Amino acid sequence: MKKTLLILTFAGLLLAAPACPPGRAASWSGVDETVIEKFAEKAGRTAREPFINTDQGDLLLFVFLVAGIVGGFIGGYNFRVLFPPRRGVGDEKHV
Amino acid sequence: MNGIWTKRRNVIRWAAAVAATAGTLIALPAQAFAMHISEGILPAFWAVLWYAVAIPFVALGLRELQRRSVEFPYFKPLVGLVGAAVFLISCMPIPVPTAGTCSHPAGTGLAAILIGPGLTVVVASIALTLQALFLAHGGLTTLGANIVSMGVAGAYVGYGAYWIIRRLGLPWVMAAFLAGLLSDWATYAMTSVELAAALHGGGSFSGMFSLILIAFVPTQLPLGIFEGILCVGALKFVRSRKPELLRMAAAGGAA
Repeated sequence: MKKTLLILTFAGLLLAAPACPPGRAASWSGVDETVIEKFAEKAGRTAREPFINTDQGDLLLFVFLVAGIVGGFIGGYNFRVLFPPRRGVGDEKHV
Repeated sequence: MNGIWTKRRNVIRWAAAVAATAGTLIALPAQAFAMHISEGILPAFWAVLWYAVAIPFVALGLRELQRRSVEFPYFKPLVGLVGAAVFLISCMPIPVPTAGTCSHPAGTGLAAILIGPGLTVVVASIALTLQALFLAHGGLTTLGANIVSMGVAGAYVGYGAYWIIRRLGLPWVMAAFLAGLLSDWATYAMTSVELAAALHGGGSFSGMFSLILIAFVPTQLPLGIFEGILCVGALKFVRSRKPELLRMAAAGGAA
């Protein structure tokens, strides 16, 4: 527990300690925008709309939510198969 | 009586898990902050070339899945768990205050240790295809390039780092940390190669490559360290809860 806290604190400090470079506001854009698309535009290539464009209003939020639930369920189901819960006080067979 | 309490406890656990998942996902921003190469960025020649590079690796991984599923009974659930983890990790944007931008880890270093690099390419390909189709994350024309950078480069570098460090007799913590760190950095180095190769035009390839790689540094330097820590934490959990999974993984993974 202590070790986990230490690791999490270290990771938090690492990510949060130094401020954003001076004179530049944090945009929180992805590196696809800040790096990939920037260099591509300079070279005359621009990103096209996806074939199935879910980036419209709150639709993307919905799709992310569904993807997370499905992914979380698959991960959770397999996790339970691989790491069954430990028997503890109060369990049927223990009593 | 005890049975009723056990059932109630299970229902509460399920409800808490669903609420936690939903809460986490609702907190995600509406815009997809991706690191993958977006649709239409690569010219047709390069898009086809990266598909041609990726396909043999995917085929190799599929053959390995068939073989190892027969050998080990718990292998399919392990691949399912690792696949879901790679999918979720690789579409989870993490804000990096040092750069004021967002990016995400890939999870391919950890996956390669657990299920081997061949199968990591397969799970990464599935994750990237779903993201390109439904999450406006990456693209179908750039799917080959994204598989090569995240799947192939990330998995094989992470696996290689872990394998070499363990063979040198160094501690597993160091091996896991460097596997996570280097797999993340290798992914971005490969993305830089792909972009520089396609976009350098009349200029120098190495000049363009260096510029793109340097642009990735403020975001990916801390995120790579984070991925290394993530890899150590996950492997520590597996080692303490079910070490036999690592013995099974050793047949095709590096653990």
